[in-house]
Amino acid sequence: MSETAVETSPGVHYLNVKYGVKSWLLTTDHKRIALLYLVSITFFFMVGGISAVLMRLHLIEPRGALLEPATYNKMFSMHGIIMVFFFLIPSIPAVMGNFLVPIMIGARDVAFPRLNLLSWYIYILGGLFTLYAILAGGVDTGWTFYTPLSTTYANGQVMAAALGVFITGFSSILTGLNFIVTIHKMRVPGLTWFRLPLFLWAIYATSIIQVLGTPVVAIAIILVGLERLFHVGVFDPALGGDPILFQHLFWFYSHPAVYIMILPSMGVMSELVTCFSKKRIFGYSFVAYSSVAIAVISFLVWGHHMYVSGQSVYASLVFSALSFAVAIPSAIKVFNWTATLYRGSVSYQAPMLYAMGFIGLFTMGGLTGLFLASLATDIHLHDTYFVIAHFHYIMVGGALMGYLGGLHFWWPKMTGRLYPDGWARFAALVIFIGFNLTFMPQFVLGYLGMPRRYAVYPEEFQVLNVMSSAGASILGVGYLIPLVYFIWSMRYGPAAEANPWGAKGLEWQTSSPPPTENFEQAPTVTEEAYAYGAMEARVV
Amino acid sequence: MWFGFPLRPEQASTIAEGIDNLYYFLTAIDLFFTAVIFLTIFYFMVRYRRRSQQDTPEQIEGSLPLEILWSVVPLVLVVVTFVWSTSLFIRNARPPEAATEIFVVGKQWMWQLQHPEGVREINELHVPVGRPIKLTMTSEDVIHDFFIPAFRVKKDVVPGKYTSLWFQATKTGQYHLFCAQYCGVSHALMRGEVIVMEPQDYERWLSGSKKTNSMAASGAQLYDQYACITCHGAGKGPAFNDLYMSKVRLQDGSTVTADETYLRESILFPSAKIVEGYPAIMPTYKGQLTEEQILQLIAYIKSLGTTERKAAQE
Repeated sequence: MSETAVETSPGVHYLNVKYGVKSWLLTTDHKRIALLYLVSITFFFMVGGISAVLMRLHLIEPRGALLEPATYNKMFSMHGIIMVFFFLIPSIPAVMGNFLVPIMIGARDVAFPRLNLLSWYIYILGGLFTLYAILAGGVDTGWTFYTPLSTTYANGQVMAAALGVFITGFSSILTGLNFIVTIHKMRVPGLTWFRLPLFLWAIYATSIIQVLGTPVVAIAIILVGLERLFHVGVFDPALGGDPILFQHLFWFYSHPAVYIMILPSMGVMSELVTCFSKKRIFGYSFVAYSSVAIAVISFLVWGHHMYVSGQSVYASLVFSALSFAVAIPSAIKVFNWTATLYRGSVSYQAPMLYAMGFIGLFTMGGLTGLFLASLATDIHLHDTYFVIAHFHYIMVGGALMGYLGGLHFWWPKMTGRLYPDGWARFAALVIFIGFNLTFMPQFVLGYLGMPRRYAVYPEEFQVLNVMSSAGASILGVGYLIPLVYFIWSMRYGPAAEANPWGAKGLEWQTSSPPPTENFEQAPTVTEEAYAYGAMEARVV
Repeated sequence: MWFGFPLRPEQASTIAEGIDNLYYFLTAIDLFFTAVIFLTIFYFMVRYRRRSQQDTPEQIEGSLPLEILWSVVPLVLVVVTFVWSTSLFIRNARPPEAATEIFVVGKQWMWQLQHPEGVREINELHVPVGRPIKLTMTSEDVIHDFFIPAFRVKKDVVPGKYTSLWFQATKTGQYHLFCAQYCGVSHALMRGEVIVMEPQDYERWLSGSKKTNSMAASGAQLYDQYACITCHGAGKGPAFNDLYMSKVRLQDGSTVTADETYLRESILFPSAKIVEGYPAIMPTYKGQLTEEQILQLIAYIKSLGTTERKAAQE
């Protein structure tokens, strides 16, 4: 971060152009909508986080230290539903995507600003249903809503929670649609596809998954509702249905959903790694196409969640091969990010620390995925803590680190304020350490055979569970630190200049925070993204 | 064990070692690439740290040879893993012909097991060491999952159909049996023990246990009790001799193999598949028979011979 004097902030920008609750709740400004999302997903992150804290506390003792088994089951269901549908899926697309997609392409707003606001209201409506489900007694089906447990046997607010997920899905579809149209139609002159920042490639790939995948989970939820309320036999064999059918429908969306969560983070990575090493991205087209490849393959691997469901051996075989295929584009990304540092000018500001944390943790998460793509080992590891550890390395070590890295990177742009970099670096370190202490023991636990979703467990698993819970307490503190300094910074943080990092994207060419119309006059683009260093690029 | 701390679950079945070897191979790959990435990043971050704000590093477009290298190396590794893993999986998928069949019914929140000799157990499974055991499993309510970590076997137990798994224990002792598929409030309590015994101890245990009829004999009793004989013994319905695993021609001209799933369906949903040449007059027995009784009936039908299957195999 530069220590130079603060640029005089332009008098009027999107934050102070109007005041009052109404000016926020009825805004069609994509930047204000981004902040509405930021506040809402932070709230849901805390709700989901509290349930995680209670679970880890409970698991300190083999017989459970805190909760009734039924309550524990509600906790992990709530944690999963909220973190997946109300935090991770909207996180980067809805907050950073909303803020940045128009600015990065030099547009004034997204293609459909009012639809954009509607997306947020739909998200909130879905969230209210889910909160109601929690307050009115909770739901204990897990976030996976497996049938016939969810349709016939589970008590509690299954329908309210499922409806919450159903509704919020439309928010996801509309946001994806908005971004696709915006990126296609509203780029400023000169901004060709291969000059786009890679963040936009990632958001674009994500949007396609959102639009194509989300309707399928909506259909699955409708069918669950029909069976639960009206006993239409779809999934419950007692009514003539097939319970495995639900798993096909559910994972047809929910596996690609994993890439809805991780792809945007990968996009953020490309922005951070380039900026903080002052280098153009190594192998631009490979990084760009690998996003598309991941999005396409993601639709063809859902059966790897069902190796032990009794699915045909041949189906498992094909799904296994396709799942392994995801490793290639993922590896390409990791190697290219790493290579970008080569002969760069690397600085260690907070966003970069998150980025490096992401690359390391995502690498571990991705590699442990090999164990689960592989049929023989997955049979043993399926539904154990190994799976929990693996996907938290991707979802928290990957997606969440990317989200935090991006938030630290664009915070000065979004708020016009700086945060204390020392605290931010400290928090990044605490989160990295706490995260590994929490989830590393879970790999061992899973291999030893501890099943997931167990409120009580045999005594020999206690040591590792205590280690994991200890790590979780460090991780929890790690998340509180940014919350504190971000809130502090909004009021007391020193004003940020237009381009505090010396970055190249269009968003850094306008003031911080930007004016409502984003640019004083529409920019034109004459060079590719990441044109760091005026010199000619050379091919090795 | 590592300072008295377990690092791997007990290896107590014939397939455990093979799976562990693959696991170690994957662990080695993981550690190697994690080290490569971490060390490279660390080295680059120190070696190329920003020395001045005015640094203007030379720009590098990319490198096709490198892109090919780091696409092909992972590709080769995943192909090797895929071939290794899949061949293990296929080898482990099919139970040996001579396996002893034990029946499992899962229900919220307990395991019911029945040996062919008729001995019943709850949440405990006694098996002899060194003999292949095949479990045929179904559920009375939601999906459960039968998981024995020490044997490295796991399979969902699904209502409305039969799934199966097999193992051959190599070590006597007691091992955990877990329900691994979340099944409701007391999921974590749906646990049991697998007790592996020397064959002679197992025989002693079997004969010392409370004797009931064998599975097949219980099935025969049900056959009488429900008067199946009035049709199936009198030509009004298909006969049961040599039925199991035979090819059955249906009214619509297709054929099915008369496996457990087909037999179960024919008892519960008789009109789903009508055998060629017979009228669709059978009433449903849904709600009248428990899953366990259906398994007994199937065991009875199996006891009536499988000659056709053997002939077909020869």
